[in-house]
Amino acid sequence: MEVGIVGYGAYIPRYRIKVEEIAKVWGTDAKRVKRGLFLEEKSVPGLDEDAATIAVEAARNAVKRSGINPQDIGAIYVGSESHPYAVKPTATIVAEAIEATPDLTAADYEFACKAGTAGIQTCMGMVGSNMIKYGMAIGTDTAQGAPGDPLEYTAAAGAGAVIVGKNGDQTIASIEDTYSYTTDTPDFWRREMRPYPKHGGRFTGKPAYFKHVLSAAHGLLRKLQLTPKDFAYAVFHQPNGKFPLQVGKELGFVKGQIMLGLIVQKIGNTYSGASMVGLAAVLDQAKPGERILVVSYGSGSGSDAFSIMVKDGVEAKRNSAPKVADYIDNKTYIDYSTYAKFKQLLVR
Amino acid sequence: MRKVAIIGVGLTKFGELWDVSFRRLMLEAGARAIEDAGIDGKKIDAMYIGNMSAGQFISQEHIASLIVDHAGLTPIPCTRVEAACASGGSALRQAVITVASGIHDIVVAAGIEKMTDVLTEQTTEALITAADQEWEAFVGATFPGIYALMARRHMYEFGTTEEQLAKVAVKNHHNACFNPCAQYQMEITVEDVLNSAPVTTPLKLLDCSPITDGAACVILAPLDRAREFTDTPIVVAGTGQASDTISLHDRQTLTGIAATNKAAELAYKMAGVGPNDIDLAEVHDCFTIAEIMAIEDLGFCEKGDGGKATERGETAIGGRIPINTSGGLKGKGHPVGATGIAQAVEITQQLRGEAGKRQVNGAEIGLTHNVGGSGGTVVVHVMRRGD
Repeated sequence: MEVGIVGYGAYIPRYRIKVEEIAKVWGTDAKRVKRGLFLEEKSVPGLDEDAATIAVEAARNAVKRSGINPQDIGAIYVGSESHPYAVKPTATIVAEAIEATPDLTAADYEFACKAGTAGIQTCMGMVGSNMIKYGMAIGTDTAQGAPGDPLEYTAAAGAGAVIVGKNGDQTIASIEDTYSYTTDTPDFWRREMRPYPKHGGRFTGKPAYFKHVLSAAHGLLRKLQLTPKDFAYAVFHQPNGKFPLQVGKELGFVKGQIMLGLIVQKIGNTYSGASMVGLAAVLDQAKPGERILVVSYGSGSGSDAFSIMVKDGVEAKRNSAPKVADYIDNKTYIDYSTYAKFKQLLVR
Repeated sequence: MRKVAIIGVGLTKFGELWDVSFRRLMLEAGARAIEDAGIDGKKIDAMYIGNMSAGQFISQEHIASLIVDHAGLTPIPCTRVEAACASGGSALRQAVITVASGIHDIVVAAGIEKMTDVLTEQTTEALITAADQEWEAFVGATFPGIYALMARRHMYEFGTTEEQLAKVAVKNHHNACFNPCAQYQMEITVEDVLNSAPVTTPLKLLDCSPITDGAACVILAPLDRAREFTDTPIVVAGTGQASDTISLHDRQTLTGIAATNKAAELAYKMAGVGPNDIDLAEVHDCFTIAEIMAIEDLGFCEKGDGGKATERGETAIGGRIPINTSGGLKGKGHPVGATGIAQAVEITQQLRGEAGKRQVNGAEIGLTHNVGGSGGTVVVHVMRRGD
């Protein structure tokens, strides 16, 4: 393929709540939860943040890194399961905020946690076929987890943005190929007008996350005739810390290949943002010539796998915007009452 | 009354079988039993199916028709039998009575439950419909809660300990390791049980049997025809069923199940044996306390001594009276309607000497004990080698 990444950006809200703080409220054993989920704390959006504002932050960082004129962006796709409006696009808000309007197409995507990577594939097709010069794909979420549900420990906020363009001197990384695996598997869902998702407990594991991530990864490796040894890093969708390590092991990756892109322990599950923020964390540090496997997962269910080769352009560009580690380190802890206020569970 | 023998048995894998449908589960167990008996399906005269709640778990009622249809066995009669978790044992008893009476010769007794198509809380709600809705369920009782009350009273009256309860689970998980159909083929320790998540004091997660999909099937024939199909017919020598109040609070005692005493008495009498003649038993360990009460109520040890007998290893394979060699409900899994039949499958395999690494050497007489709800229905069968 002749397309690649010309810019990328991430954003994570600064507020954090610890597993202990949530466990205390519900009378659960924090140690057991932390061991079970391999997770310490999660990010929480501030009162004035939503999936759109978070997307804008990530998009601005991507534009800064790319050095392109935002007017050259021909398409913006925003993937989320927490779009602020049921009808009215988040993508237009982002496009206006980064001054990419009006000469472009834009739309919102929804595919649980993989809508952002679905956007990357759309942009790859449009750039590759010369419909547009640059396309931007964003995965953003202020994830919902019902109070007291196991999801409450992980449902977090964050966004990742990628600008796709033709390979050239400016390319941060080239996208070698992509492969998707999709079935109708109802493991996790949220119906219209319902505030919180429902999920099938352990059913979200083996027949859902593992089946799709493994199948997509195997499909891509087969297509490219590559093995895990050919990759310096692997980034998997990270609903918790345990699943990506387990799926990586089953594929034949070692912990050292996975840890750089595994940030869920510190920020929680950013849903549509998760695999894209993980990719951003790797691009923040990877060297030219290193290959990255990215496999997203969206409930319902599907996985998109990408093989990404880091290019020389990365070194000049990556310092022009805040890195994932900067966002992880810049944090303010809140207690459950403040959390309840921020999540608008307390309304005056 | 004719003597009745088991000529074929079949069991599916037990577990979270998300990719296996209700009907396929039943057909798998049935096909294995037919193959085991070496019988032509056309020779089957009637079927009884134990199933607690397909209506709640998969929104399918009239499962007798569904199963006989998909087994390709129409127009023979097929009847669903429901007695909560004792549905399987009750179906077996109906099949035994039918063959013994002479009405039919070759009769299938099967059991099935598909429990993992709904969320855990829905499963708990479905199961509590086996208790008294007005007096138990509507005021918030669940089965773990009901059995926890019995456990507390047992601990209070007899000094039974949480460690002794845990040892039931440890033993049954150990046995399950040698059963290829078991849901949990993994060892656990007393510490694992004591440190598992609390459910209802004093019961922890690993004191409780799991939510399971599975099906089981046995084929019965009159003993005088059994040798057409097998060299090792297993005779159903005794069958006993008894009832008690559906609600726990109406019982005379909380530390035992009176219907177990009565059903066992009837089955022992019919078989002409006593508890000391039994070589091994599959008992209804829906919770660890249930196994301790069962071995007392069946007469394998003194009332109140069940915990200590377990601690002394008397119920382990190689012990005085091996209990739940299959892994029991705890280790093998508990697809409620299938459990009573699965118990008969295990005893048949043991008495035939086909139980592999979990074989009880020289087993001649075995017993199955199947409980519905908290003891409202109990079915006991005594089985012996037919040679």
